[in-house]
Amino acid sequence: MMTVRLKVNGVAHEGRCEPRKLLVDFIREDLGLTGTHVGCEHGICGACTIMVNGESARSCIMLAVQADGAELMTVEGLMQDGKLHPLQEAFREHHGLQCGFCTPGMLMTALDFLRTNPSPSDGEIREGISAVLCRCTGYQGIVNAVRAAAATLRGGR
Amino acid sequence: MKPPKFEYHAPRTVDEALALLGRYGGDAKVLAGGQSLMPLLNFRLARPAALVDLNRIPSLAFIEESGGGVRLGAMTRQRTIEFSPVIAQRVPLLKEATRWVGHLPIRTRGTVGGSIAHADPSAEYPAVLTALEGEVVARGAKGERVIKAADLFQTYLTTNLTPDEILTEVRLPAMAAGTGYALEEFARRHGDFAIIGIAAVVVRDGQRCKTARLATAGAGPVPVRLRAAEEILERDGLGEAAIDAAARKATELVDPDSDIHGSADYRRHLTGVLTKRALVRAMGVARG
Repeated sequence: MMTVRLKVNGVAHEGRCEPRKLLVDFIREDLGLTGTHVGCEHGICGACTIMVNGESARSCIMLAVQADGAELMTVEGLMQDGKLHPLQEAFREHHGLQCGFCTPGMLMTALDFLRTNPSPSDGEIREGISAVLCRCTGYQGIVNAVRAAAATLRGGR
Repeated sequence: MKPPKFEYHAPRTVDEALALLGRYGGDAKVLAGGQSLMPLLNFRLARPAALVDLNRIPSLAFIEESGGGVRLGAMTRQRTIEFSPVIAQRVPLLKEATRWVGHLPIRTRGTVGGSIAHADPSAEYPAVLTALEGEVVARGAKGERVIKAADLFQTYLTTNLTPDEILTEVRLPAMAAGTGYALEEFARRHGDFAIIGIAAVVVRDGQRCKTARLATAGAGPVPVRLRAAEEILERDGLGEAAIDAAARKATELVDPDSDIHGSADYRRHLTGVLTKRALVRAMGVARG
């Protein structure tokens, strides 16, 4: 067993786990933060995407021990002071989710995507969110939501 | 879908990492970005006794201009390469190829050394290394050796690195200003592995072609240098007829396999189509 100390959404946590424990399982089972979803468990579907030290990464193909000392942000960290993040508001407004399973991954991927490309074309949005699979095939609503959120974020809200 | 048991080590230096590999005598795996190895562990297709994680060795992540080329530490992230001004200026083909490597949240973790050492034949970086005639540096218990791209890739997922060696550095010759380049790829979904990819480099001298370099991804067990197609361009220039002839020749030089993603015939056809597209675009970028 190894000790893992890390910060999630600004809160310090410590846990002990086997080296083979996947980061996503550590977040869900040991820390009880179940907003991050586990889909394919091999880095294809993107549902488990979180921010690791400020950059998006798939938490099903990282080990918890690798995140020792890291600062993570999960979907639970998007909301600030009881207010939805502009991405969350846009997903709600533009029907960017149906069953909601891929949504945490979509939001965290879009967060990193817009950080590095604040004024994307629709083609770039589609390329950006190709990292996450939605099996409700609700991509059009998601593209609309990301486009709207980009405008809001550019406006400095 | 959970990894089997393994011992885990996160050394701080390459020497420590090499000592660990020696201790496990071939039963340990080197963990770089983990974007290929972790899925293999989750599927239990890989069952190493131990993982030697390179992610806490700071000396393995760097991009440096040196002499006529660029040296990249093996643990340099693909996302770093994507935004590096040195890469954009000196090896723009590598920057262009990086956009095709996986997805954004893959490239934040994935590394240049990991991608090359993993030697997936449909991956972009091995094709770029091959087209540019780059080299890698491997360190082992017996010291350091430099391996040319042409000697590195043996077959599917296999290089001539030994189990006690670590790929520490990738060296690419700088592309002279005005060099034309393009990477064309076809995949079912952006970010998936290439069904076929073509890396093209052309150095123009008026209507003549001083140097042409063409390499494939996905067209066989290793990246294929399309030398006979390059020779057509170096002899006949970069006119439409020569490009058509080179693209036709390219289809004869590859021997792809059929799999669930596409038949051998389809891949051979795509090799011709994408060779032409890559050359036309490379010519448009080229000056001189």
